Parts: sequence; structure tokens; C-alpha cells
Amino acid sequence: MAALEEEFTLSAVPLGAGPDGLLGVEQSDKTDQFLVTDSGRTVILYKVSDQKPLGSWSVKQGQIITCPAVCNFQTGEYIVVHDHKVLRLWNNEDVNLDKVFKATLSAEVYRIHSIQGTEPLVLFKEGAVCGLEALLAEPQQKIETVISDEEVIKWTKFFMVFRHPVLIFITEKHGNYFAYVQMFNSRILSKYTLLLGQEEKSVIQSFTASVDRKFISLMSLSSDGCIYETLIPIHPSDPGKSQKVVRSLVLKTVVSGNARNGVALTILDQDHIAVLGPPLPASKECLSIWNTKFQTLQISKELPQGTSGQLWYYGENLFMLHGKFLTVIPYKCEVSSLAGALGKLKHSQDPGTHSMSHFVNWETSQGHGFESQNSEPSKRILRRRKSETSVEPEVPASKQLLSTIKKDSEKHIEVELRKFLAIKRTPDFHTVIGDIVMGLLGRWKTEPSFYPRNSLMQLIQTHVLSYSLCPGLMEVALEKTDVQMLQLCLQQFPDIPEAVTCACLKIFLSIGDDILQKADVNMESVSAYSDAVQDEHMEEQSEILQNGFNPEEDNCDTCDKELSEKSQDTLETTLCPVIPKKAALLRNAILRSAYSETFLLPHLKDIPAQHITLFLQYLYFLYLKCSENATMTLPGIHPPTLNQIMDWICLLLDANFTVVVMIPEAKRLLLSLYKFVKSQICICSELNKIEVSFRELQKLSQEKNNRELYSIEVLELF
Amino acid sequence: MGEFNVHRVRFFNYVPSGIRCVAYNNQSNRLAVSRTDGTVEIYNLSANYFQEKFFPGHESRATEALCWAKGQRLFSAGLNGEIIEYDLQALNIKYAMDAFGGPIWSMAASPSGSQLLIGCEDGSVKLFQIIPDKIQFERNFDRQKSRILSLSWHPSGTHIAAGSIDYISVFDVKSGSAIHKMLVDRQYMNVSKRKCIIWGVAFLSDGTVISVDSAGKVQFWDSATGTLVKNHLIANADVQSIAVSDQEDSFVVGTAEGTIFHFQLVSVTSSSSEKQWVRTKPFQHHTHDVRTVAHSPTALISGGTDTHLVIRPLMEKVEVKNYDAALRKITFPHRRLISCSKKRQLLLFQFSHHLDLWRLGSTVATGKHGDTLPLSKDADHLLHLKTKGPENIICSCISPCGSWIAYSTASRFFLYRLNYEHDSISLQRVSKMPAFLRSALQILFSEDSTKLFVASNQGSLHVIRLLEGSFKHLHTFQPQSGTVESMCLLAVSPDGNWLAASGTSAGVHVYNVKRLKLHCTVPAYNFPVTALAIAPNTNNLVIAHSDQQIFEYSIPDKQYTEWSRTVQKQGFHHLWLQRDTPITHISFHPKRPMYILVHDAYMFCIIDKSLPLPNDKTLLYNPLPPTNESDVIRRRTAHAFKISKIYKPLLFMDLLDERTLVAVERPLDDIIAQLPPPIKKKKFGT
Repeated sequence: MAALEEEFTLSAVPLGAGPDGLLGVEQSDKTDQFLVTDSGRTVILYKVSDQKPLGSWSVKQGQIITCPAVCNFQTGEYIVVHDHKVLRLWNNEDVNLDKVFKATLSAEVYRIHSIQGTEPLVLFKEGAVCGLEALLAEPQQKIETVISDEEVIKWTKFFMVFRHPVLIFITEKHGNYFAYVQMFNSRILSKYTLLLGQEEKSVIQSFTASVDRKFISLMSLSSDGCIYETLIPIHPSDPGKSQKVVRSLVLKTVVSGNARNGVALTILDQDHIAVLGPPLPASKECLSIWNTKFQTLQISKELPQGTSGQLWYYGENLFMLHGKFLTVIPYKCEVSSLAGALGKLKHSQDPGTHSMSHFVNWETSQGHGFESQNSEPSKRILRRRKSETSVEPEVPASKQLLSTIKKDSEKHIEVELRKFLAIKRTPDFHTVIGDIVMGLLGRWKTEPSFYPRNSLMQLIQTHVLSYSLCPGLMEVALEKTDVQMLQLCLQQFPDIPEAVTCACLKIFLSIGDDILQKADVNMESVSAYSDAVQDEHMEEQSEILQNGFNPEEDNCDTCDKELSEKSQDTLETTLCPVIPKKAALLRNAILRSAYSETFLLPHLKDIPAQHITLFLQYLYFLYLKCSENATMTLPGIHPPTLNQIMDWICLLLDANFTVVVMIPEAKRLLLSLYKFVKSQICICSELNKIEVSFRELQKLSQEKNNRELYSIEVLELF
Repeated sequence: MGEFNVHRVRFFNYVPSGIRCVAYNNQSNRLAVSRTDGTVEIYNLSANYFQEKFFPGHESRATEALCWAKGQRLFSAGLNGEIIEYDLQALNIKYAMDAFGGPIWSMAASPSGSQLLIGCEDGSVKLFQIIPDKIQFERNFDRQKSRILSLSWHPSGTHIAAGSIDYISVFDVKSGSAIHKMLVDRQYMNVSKRKCIIWGVAFLSDGTVISVDSAGKVQFWDSATGTLVKNHLIANADVQSIAVSDQEDSFVVGTAEGTIFHFQLVSVTSSSSEKQWVRTKPFQHHTHDVRTVAHSPTALISGGTDTHLVIRPLMEKVEVKNYDAALRKITFPHRRLISCSKKRQLLLFQFSHHLDLWRLGSTVATGKHGDTLPLSKDADHLLHLKTKGPENIICSCISPCGSWIAYSTASRFFLYRLNYEHDSISLQRVSKMPAFLRSALQILFSEDSTKLFVASNQGSLHVIRLLEGSFKHLHTFQPQSGTVESMCLLAVSPDGNWLAASGTSAGVHVYNVKRLKLHCTVPAYNFPVTALAIAPNTNNLVIAHSDQQIFEYSIPDKQYTEWSRTVQKQGFHHLWLQRDTPITHISFHPKRPMYILVHDAYMFCIIDKSLPLPNDKTLLYNPLPPTNESDVIRRRTAHAFKISKIYKPLLFMDLLDERTLVAVERPLDDIIAQLPPPIKKKKFGT
């Protein structure tokens, strides 16, 4: 709930405010300190929490300040303009404004804007915008005229959007309002005509604006007392051309329609705005906080001594002139909720009823982790679309996308898909994604030239697809030998049939290295070690010892000798037998996929013997890599485990043993495999022995405890 | 609070029996659990899983099946070939009926609850009609070749599925003939096993039959065509149990490896309404065979050889984090198995078929906090008293003076006189027990050991005067007209004037023993009473309930005491209310009337009524002695609940005198050591 706290006045002495009130209240580079410029000759720096002035500067008699003083956040200097054209720069130590830096400009200044993170901008009355640095370098430079004659700047505001400064200013000419959006970095100026709708006669009395990613939301308070919102795109779709924007009613009659003067509004946050003005024609002026989402008045505070119709909001403080005094009202707002807006406070949390922690609910969705996107942005987007085009029919986004898939170009589908994926995920998201993939594949079947590869990749990467949701996708990828997509599928899908896994393996093994070099394969951490190994020999001796196996004691003496004699052969087995890209495919995709032995075995038999040998060699290489370190793991983020490697070796041998035995070049490999299987058996039996010994020890220690069946102990309770 | 010498006793080698069956009753939210020794326990899931009733076991009555029928009627069947109905009011067996089919392996109540189906050793499936107060044999179905191990009704009541050895039969209920016989693959990991036992079947309303078997498979069959639809191999050992939720959207199976698996019906695509059974969650809460599972709307319930009853809530069905959202593991009975003679420092341990009497040791040494004192005399095992007959002991008690022991089985009551001469002990049975003293639910001696109070299972309370070697029946308090509820808990005031008795649901009755009439009734409370005691001097009755509330009621004033009102007004600490075992015993400090000692299985607490109550911000349990804090801080942070968790699982605790405590622990490791070894899983080289 929004709440206004106790007000306090800043200046004990009445400000010399004329009928126009203050020129402005601006932030300084220190929090809690604000620059107040009155409409006469004085600038005062206030510390709000102490409610006292820290410094005061005046211009000479006869001069008049025409633009509120601002602080240059980059240098800490203050800037003020007097007599429309004279720029003054000073800092805290300066006492007399007459003696500080002065620059006389060639045109009249409307406002100087300064916000954190960028240099101050000077807005001239003719609509030109100039950076302060550039201006100071050449003060007398010619300033161009942007707006037409008789057009008067009414209001202006400066934003940072993704670290790009954006300036908006509103002009008026014969009761027509125009908005100019100046992208300062790209120097694009776009002009918009504000259409007032039915209330053509009304005069806009006050503006305020907020900004998000794509739009400036401009709120205006009209003389009929209603608040309207206009959405102005930051990035114009067609710069240079004048465009029209409509406004929509946000709140009705928040202030009396025929207020003399003194109405103002400012956006506090996403849902709240503060309005200054008399709520009824006869009543005194009020400061009211409205919730725009629920259209409710949150809080209101009467200001009996009248205001100047000006309102500033910085941090958590609202500044206004109340009578003759500058008044600060701290404002706080908790996140608005329906219960809050309806006046029902949320129950304070009962210790017994904490909300549940997050868990995977199988009944609704598998899209874990994505629920964090809140629903607010999507709602806003929808509302904007309505206000801009207002012709879009109300069909679910997925249906719309499916119809797009049926006829539009690949490029267009991609764009639409990106849009679709950006909005919030519904509980049946995974099935919707499945339908989209099926739609894409369906179209591919009818027109083979259509292969929406990028869209498919994007869909796979949503992490919600599985093989059964989109049967056929992998078949298509197999047909196109799209190794990148196959790799992705193998990594993402939890339920790939063994036949398909095997078909992928076949393709990976048989694909030419030259084709593979061109393909874009996710290497993860494969290259990190296999490249390094290419030119470095491994010390076979130490590696095998670490595995608890000593080749000296091996029974297979003859073959061992044979091996050690051919030292160049040893070298061959310790080099990675495949190029890194192929290794990546095999290692990261095939080895880590799920399978059932019974179903995989028959398919493995179909792989040609050469490929089997190659794969075995690679697996053996991985095994050697594994046994290099004590933890028996491969480097990288998600390496296949030793067990996975061993299982694959066993499977391959089971399926093709008779064939492999017949190939002469596989003989040495088989011998080494035999050796390492033997060493594994050794380790396992040793481990089992150790386990049994430990269990016996545990039993012994338990018996020891059991003897302590009875004791008398001393216990002190505090 | 002071220093105590604690007799820490770990020689009570009690081993709970393994769980054989569980049956969940949706209507009353109660769970019936049967154990391998034939004991049947009723847990009230609405009252913090309190074990509110139990039926003692019987050596020859191994229950193999348990089911609720006709609303709240509970039936069991076992290997002695009998079907038993339990009387949930009087807490005894209503009748036992021989089914004449040999040992009974399975039983299922029809969806309407009016018929009962049993599967027998001889391969027969028998249908019984449930009529008021009885069941009546109706007919036999087609006889099968081998024993019927599992049964399930189709929700419409027209067909049944029966699991046997190597095959599943589907019967038409009307004709009683088998319409399909579905053969189950014996193959197990490519090795042909001798036989494949169908441990469980479930018949779904769409005609699917789910079977679990000894080869580790969960299989889905189409009962219309008699064909296998789907096969999940989930374990390397037997899958022994299955339970389906009422909505038929999820089911649970338990394996001999101690794992339970949750299967859920999950939709495959958005376009079609096609749904698929998916194995979603495995849970490993057991070390041994999961013999039985049940599926309540919000939880998976499992039990097995490792004697734990595990209630695992389904988190997506639980809306708020409260008592129901926590995993519960119930191991020990929620009643007392130990009684104590303070005068002679004796402990009487109750087992299912014998009693053990031990004398505590002594020491002359003194020490400081945490010391173990050297024993000048070790604890002695004085007596091992075996029961006669096959029935389990229901309750037992030793008199405070140590010279009387009483116990009861389902049909007989025994009273013994003990004589101590120097170091020897002689036992003499008091014969000629009156006919009305046949079975007792609770026995209690008065503080001066001159009176014996017996709560019988018809709701009456007998008062008996004990003389040297004989007894005299003084009075019987009859239950109030219209109620047949049995009294399960008794408490007598130390001055012998007042007797409090409580049943499972109605309030606590207080009788005046001198004038032999009902004095008052403490207003009934929503949750069952778990422990009762009357304080010395003040005659305040302290009552603990299963929702962890404690009330203090002044018997002379017939109203709640000021302290009790204050506690109720302020409320207990939220951590106190979150404890998950009930208070099973309450006792008092002989010298300090402000102290109340209460304990549950995981802590004991001395409540000091003179200190302020803890609020939710204070630390309830502060195990560290405040060494470096000043007295002022100590006093400021002190609150009424002095909790100690040193001894656990704590089965009994009492104050022997003002400086001595006795604590009986039963470490879980010792229980596990007594169980048969679990299925060995090879860790390496698999």
C-alpha cells in the first residue's frame, strides 16, 4: 500500500517565490541533497534529512535565473543559466556566482538536463539539443532551429535507456501537441503528433513520463481532470516521418476539471502516480496517490495553504510548494497486490504456514526454472498492442504461430517464434512447443526446400522437448546429416530410442572430417584436452600404476613385451584417434545418452567394422585419459563417467566381437582392452574386500557400544 | 534447574515387529497397520498420526491381508485360514471365521463395501457377503492351480483380477468364471527364474490391470484382450506391493530393496487427451523389504520388514507447510511398555510374550555434568516371566512398592506377588481371579500399592483391594450409559483419592475413589489424549494431547488451572507444536510442585511453571549451558521449557527421587542389528 508520511518544510524562511512558484528542484551528486532554484535570483542546496540549507548562491541584481540549476554528476559542478543565454558553472567552494566560470551562448536555453551516468544536455528553446562539453568548447556555435515558429516547448524529460540518453520534449502550437524524441547517441529525432481523441478542446496541464525497454509512457493531465497515457516508441519504426500517437484514458476525473491553476502529476512507480490539485471544484488542493492498475485512490493529503501546481519526486520524497514553504512529503509504497488494492491487508505469515518450497510438479509442467518471469510484462505488451494497432484478434499466441508456420517465410517464422518464446510460459508449454515442431516438420514434408533449421534449433534449446513430443525431428536431421542438430537433440532429449541413437552414432563415425570441420559443433571442453594431447606423449607406466594395476605382474607377459617393443605403436594408442570435432560429437552426445542394452545391441551390429575399431580406439583413449587422475574423471563440465565409457566398450565388443577379432589392426587394441578389463576386475575385487573389512570393523565397534548397556551419568539441566 | 544422576538404560532389547499390511480408510482418515506378530494398530492421520488403538497379536495369527469395508469395519485374514473382524469400540476381536480354503493370502473388499473376496492357498477365490455383525459365505469362483496372492476389484464391481504364481486371472464376478489368464514372463535379467510370483494387482476403471511381481516388473495389462501393454523393469528384486490412488492418476509400488516408486498418469501431447503412466519419483526410506504400501489423497504410506511406518507426503498435494507436509517415520508404539517401581528401583519391561524385571544399579561416586560415574553395583536381571498361551501381552504394571506384578492378555489376567529375601526373589501367582477380570487394556497400582485399578475392554473400571497374598473386589465403575468406549489410559493421584481415566475420543473422567463415584468429566478435546497424570498435593490433572497441547485441570476445583489458561492464551512455541512424536509419559518432582516432567521419543522436558512461557521469538531448545553469561542474562532468557535431547529414542523416563532420573533408550542401530540382513547391493564392479 502506498503511504504518505509526515510532511516537513525545508526552508524556515519563506522562499522569494513569485506567482510562478519555483523554477525547479534537482538532485545533486550526493543523496539526500537537492538544488532548489527559485524564480528570482537564488539557488539553494538543501540537505533534506537535516532540513537545512548547506549553501546558497545568488546572481547579481538585475540578472534573473531562467533555468533551474542542475548538478553535473560527472564533475560535481553545478550549472545554472541566467538571462536565457548566460551559463554559469561552479562548485561548493565558490561563494560568489559573479566570479565563477561563465559562458555566453548564441541561443536561448530552455532547460539543462543532467542525470547520473552521462554528461548534461542543454535543450534550446528552438528545440536543438547539445551536449554540455561540446557547447563549452565552442560557446558561440550556431544553434539550429528544430521546431517551427510559434511552437513552444511545454515540458521535457531526460532518460537513460540501456545507457543511451534519450530526451523527450513536448511542444504546443495552436492547441496541438507534438512530442519529440531525441536519441542522443544516434542523433535520431522523431516527431509524434499527440492525438487528443474526443476531448479535442482540452488543454494539457501537466506531463510526466516513465520509460521501459521499448516505450516511453507519457502521462498527461488534461484540463478535464482526467489522466491519459500515451505510449511513444523509443526506437521509431520509421524515423524522419512524422507519426501520430493516440492516448488512452488511465484515470477519470482525478482533479476538478476547472481548476484555476496548480495541477501537477508525477509517476511514482509502475502502478502509482501522484496528483496535485483540488479533487472537487470547491475543495482545497490535495496531494493524492492513485493506483493506475486498480484505479483506486490510495491516499490523499489536503494542502490547505495552496500550492504552486508543481510537484517533484526524487528517491522517496515528494517536493512541492505548500503556501510559501517548500514542503517534503516522504512516500513509501509496497508492491501492490489485489488484496492490498481492495483494502485487505495480507495476513502476516503464520509460523505454521510457510509457503512451499519449489519442487517439480509432474502434473503441470516440466518447464522448471522458467516460472520466474512474472506476468506483468506480457500484460503490458498486450495492452500496448491494443493501443497501437487495436486490430489483432484475440487468438492464443501458439495458434497464431502455427498458422504462421503454414504459410510464411522461414525468416518471418523465426521472428514470430522469437516473439512467442519471449512471453510467459504456460503450464502446457512443452506440449505447445511439441506442436510447433510438428507443424514445422509437417510443412517440411510437403515442401522439401523449406528447412527451418534456426527455428528448430531455437525450439530444441527451450529444454522442454523430448523425442516423443516431436517424433520425426531427429529423422529429418539424420536425413540432412545435420550433426549440430543431432548433437543438440542427443543432449536435450531424455527418451531417444536406441535405434536412433545408433543411427546418429553411425553418422558421426562415418562423416568425413572435411565436412565436419565446416559444421558448427558444440565443443564444450573437448578441445581443451584432446588438442593438448596431440603433441604430447603420455607416460603409460605411471598411469597404469595409479589404477592399482602393475603391468609387471601381468600374466600376459608375451603380449606385454610385444607391446613395449613397439614403442611407436604405444604412441599411436595414446593419441586421440579422431579429430576434436568428432570427439566432441561422440563424447558429449553419444556417450551421455540414455539407452537400454537389450535394445541397443542389435543396432550396434550394423556398424561397419572399421568404424567400430575407430570408436573402440577412441573409447580406450578416453579410458586412459580417465585413469590419468586420481578421481578417475575426464576434464570438462559434463564429462561422461568412467562407467559410461566402460559400458560402451562392453556393448561394442558384445555386439561385434567376432568381427573385431578377425581384423588384424584391432588385435593390439583388443589386447590392451583385455589388460584394462583385467585391471578393473582387480580393483573391484580389492574394493569389495575393503568394503567387507570396513563392515566387519563397524560390527566390532557396534559390539563395543553394546557393552555400554547401562550407566549412571550426571546431567545438569539449566 | 539442578543436577541429576541419570540411570541410562539401554538393555531393553525391544524389537518392533515388521509391518505386513497397511490399509487406509479415506472416510475416517485412519490407517490400519498389521504387523508380522498379528498386532493391528490404528493410526489417526487427522490427529498428528497418533496410534490411537491397537489389537494385540497372537502367535498363530499371522495377518496377510487387511482391509476396510462397509465404511468403518476392519477385517483381516491370515495364514491360519481365518477371517477376523475387529471391534473398534471395545478394542477386541468381534469374531473369527474359518474360510475353509487353507491359509489366506489376500483379501479385497468390493468397491461398494458390501462384499469381501479372499484368495486362498488351495487356489480358490471365495466371495463373502458382509451383513450387519457378521459375514456370510456366498460362493466360490473357479478354482485356480496355485495360491491366490493378490486380488483387486474393478471399480464397477463386475470383474476382479487375481494374481497367482506365473499368471494373473480375470474373473467375471457374476458367473464366477475366469475369462482371461495372462501369463507373466518368468525371465529375469535374461535368466529364467523358477517362478514368478504376482505380489500385487490393481484393476483400474479403464480395464487396465497393473501387476507387480517377484521378477522386479511393473506390468500393464489390457483385461479386455488379456494382453501385455507395457512393462517397467524397476528393481533387481521383488516388487512386493502396489496401491492406487482413488482418482487413478497415480500409484505407488514398493520393492524388496526398500525403494518405493511413484507412478503418475501424465499427458503426452496437448493435442490429444492421451495420457501415459510415467515413473516419476523414487523414494528410499526403508532398508529392508517394503511389504506393503498405501496411497492416501496426500501421501504415500509404506511399511515393511524394517518396522518403520513411513508416511511420505506428496508435495504437490499439500498446500501449506504444516504437520502434513513433513515426512513421518513411526517406529515405536505410542504407548508405554515400561513401568517402574520407585521404591525398589525396579524396571518392568513388557515384550510381546514375556516380561523382564530389572533392578537398577547404584553408585557412591559423585561427578559433574557429563560424567559417567563408576558403578558400585551393576543392574540385575531379576526375573524373566513368560506368558502362557499364544496371545500377546496387552499391558503390564509393577506396583510402586515392587511387590506386585500384573499383566493381561486378550483373554486372561495375571497377578503375581513378589517376595524379596536378601538377594533372592520368589514369585507367587495369585490364583482364582474373578471371572470379570479377563482382559485389561490398562492396569495401574495406587501409590501405596494397596489398590489395583483395571480398565477392561467393556468400558468398565474395576477397583480391587490388595491384601497380603490375596485381593478383594471393591467396586466397578460402569461406563456411562450408551457408551461402550474403552478406557486406554489411567492415572491415580498419589493420595489415592482420585482416579482419572481416558478413552480414545471422549473426555477424561475423574472418579472419587473414596466415595466410589464419578467426580467430574474434563471437557472433550478434538485430539486424543496421549498421557495423563495427577500431581501430588495439588491434585492437578495434567493431560497431554496428540496435537502437543498440554492442559492442567484442577480436580478439586473442577476447572482448568490459572497456569493452563495462561498457556492456552499465549499458545505454545511453534517448535513445540511441530514435534512429531506424542508425549507418552508425565511425572512430577516429589519436592518441587512447580515441575512437570514430560517426554516423547526424542526429548524430555521439565516444565517449570514458575518461569515465563517462551514466545515464538525465544529459543525453545538451548542445549548449551550458559557458561560465560551472567546470571542476569540467564534469568532473562530462561523460560518454562527445559528441554534435553541427550537420550533418544527415549521410550521411558521418570524421576525416581528428587536427584535421580531413569531413562530407557532404545538405539535404532540395535534394532537394525536384530533384523535380518537387507538385500545386499554390490557397490563395486557392477
